[in-house]
Amino acid sequence: MPADEDLLRAESVTKHFGVGPPWSRRRLHAVDDVSLSIGAGRIVALVGESGSGKSTVVRLFAMLARPTAGEIYFEGRPLSKVRRRPAQLAYRRKVRIVFQDPFSVSNPAYRISHSLLRTARLHRPDVRPANRRAEIERVLDEVGLSPASEIIDRFPFELSGGQRQRVGFAEALLSRPRLILADEPVSMLDVSIRIGLLNLMADLRDREGVSVLYVTHDIASAWYLADTVAVMYAGKLVEYGPAERVLRAPRHPYTQLLLSAVPDPRVVLTLTEEDVGEPPRVIDPDEGCRFRWRCPYAQDRCAEATPALGPIEVGHHVACFVAPEMAPAPSSVPTEAL
Amino acid sequence: MAEDAVLSVRNLTVDYLTESGAVRAVDAVDLELHAGGFLGIVGESGSGKSTLLFAIAQLLNPPAEIVSGEVHFNGRDLVTLGESQLRHLRWREFSVVMQSAMNALNPVRSLGAQMRDACEEHGKISAQEIRKRSSEVLRMVGIDPVHLRSYPHQLSGGMRQRAMIAMALLFEPQLVIMDEPTSSLDVVAQRSLMIQIKRLQERLGFAVVFVTHDMSLVGGVGDELAVMYGGKIVELGPTQRIFSKPLHPYTAGLLEAFPSIQAVRRRLTGIPGSPPDLRLRIAGCRFADRCPDAGNECTRVDPPEEQIDGRLVRCIRVAERASRAG
Repeated sequence: MPADEDLLRAESVTKHFGVGPPWSRRRLHAVDDVSLSIGAGRIVALVGESGSGKSTVVRLFAMLARPTAGEIYFEGRPLSKVRRRPAQLAYRRKVRIVFQDPFSVSNPAYRISHSLLRTARLHRPDVRPANRRAEIERVLDEVGLSPASEIIDRFPFELSGGQRQRVGFAEALLSRPRLILADEPVSMLDVSIRIGLLNLMADLRDREGVSVLYVTHDIASAWYLADTVAVMYAGKLVEYGPAERVLRAPRHPYTQLLLSAVPDPRVVLTLTEEDVGEPPRVIDPDEGCRFRWRCPYAQDRCAEATPALGPIEVGHHVACFVAPEMAPAPSSVPTEAL
Repeated sequence: MAEDAVLSVRNLTVDYLTESGAVRAVDAVDLELHAGGFLGIVGESGSGKSTLLFAIAQLLNPPAEIVSGEVHFNGRDLVTLGESQLRHLRWREFSVVMQSAMNALNPVRSLGAQMRDACEEHGKISAQEIRKRSSEVLRMVGIDPVHLRSYPHQLSGGMRQRAMIAMALLFEPQLVIMDEPTSSLDVVAQRSLMIQIKRLQERLGFAVVFVTHDMSLVGGVGDELAVMYGGKIVELGPTQRIFSKPLHPYTAGLLEAFPSIQAVRRRLTGIPGSPPDLRLRIAGCRFADRCPDAGNECTRVDPPEEQIDGRLVRCIRVAERASRAG
């Protein structure tokens, strides 16, 4: 893929953390050799369980942490070269984060205008001080908070969880970003209001051309929203490709497991299925596939070498030795509408 | 009260006494749960579902207050019992699993120590029996008893929730009340916890009241489902029947609110608007201003409970809709 088509591209990005006492040599492999790209005006869903490393990827993309190895390119330029404050500020203007917990992200002592005005002052030199309020109201309106002129003077406790998360998107949007990193933005909200925020992200993509990295453990919402889906397990990307392929014809056994875990309210739970596993904490790992302990198809070779992410069809990548030899997923998911 | 009912709630009403007047969070709720049954209670934030659960477990604190109604558990009305009598029942006959295991567990005590506390507080058994029973309940929920020595931060979120459930089962209660026990977990852990609860229930025979905002969770497991809105139960009946043919427009909206992995991709709208402000006395149906099906009369008449198609529904246009749906 030519680099100029991608807004952000990660190449073999790795992040290790030291664990144990300071003299310990033990390393936690939070992210290992992850390569993916986010196209302009696209939504990429990064899907995985707790502990899979997806939030570390967000921190790396947000430049809140530097990779141990590998390189991240934004608009074709390597992030390792973004060192000086003006360049960092420019990056933070273009790449914004929306956090998971809308209840702890805002200072309860200030009206929401407080942090929005600060963002405007820092990131929007083109807006004259007298016009800042009007610009903020325009953005609040855009994320569906109306009447904006009233909302702007509210305190956080006067807003519902869904409204607070919309404020989070407004703050991100205020700097006119090209990419929003949304880390589980709806998982703390009631199911009934999640859909509104998913629609908001789709609208931002369609109207403003903003790209979104949508981090989630809810694979059904990834299906609803994303153009591209990347599935992570224990720090590794295990499957990556267009949503229609990854979620309709999943090839990696882990993706198949995730899909089978989606609650289908119309079917009574059968008690025969058993999977109480969770991603291992990967400390100084040996060679071998990290999913092999939970994998129904694991073979000897899965413990001997680590499967690399490779193409199984055009644009559809899988890190599994066995998958290419199996017929495309005996997926329980029908391709027809209900 | 039916013969085999373990829990029977009658006309339960809870007010929050605020400076600007009483806010009715739970309004004349009737519920019944048979021994070994599974009752799901779903609703949005502010629907009163957690207040209802706290009222059933007699855990309400001021300014919340039970204004009227009865909570019959094993033939006794919990509302009339004093604290010392309730203490005798808690853990032994009914137990509560709270939403956030991280907050409900003591971070500076090991699991074993916390189980010992509960046992010593509520029963008179020897240290050896306590150890045996603690290992036993942990094994039941799929946790290795070596974790009796672990502290909460050493466990994953899913294990913490399972440990909470293990503690709730220390005394083989007949009723376990659960307040969104899975909401902090991811999808895979949620599913394995639901399977675990269902399996334990089949083995030990306790009844479950399960409160959640995520309707899709209880679809596969619940016997009975109560949908709450604005402090009232708007639809109550067998879970599968409600899922296959919701009769209240709010239930139908909830079912439409989450994307399905099965469906083709199309834009969903959810339920526009937000839950009613319970400080205001609403004359008609509380859902009327968000209801796609509301007519003029809906804003005037408070819908009575109607028995239709094996369930109770609060909607004055329900008969019309039921016949339309076939």
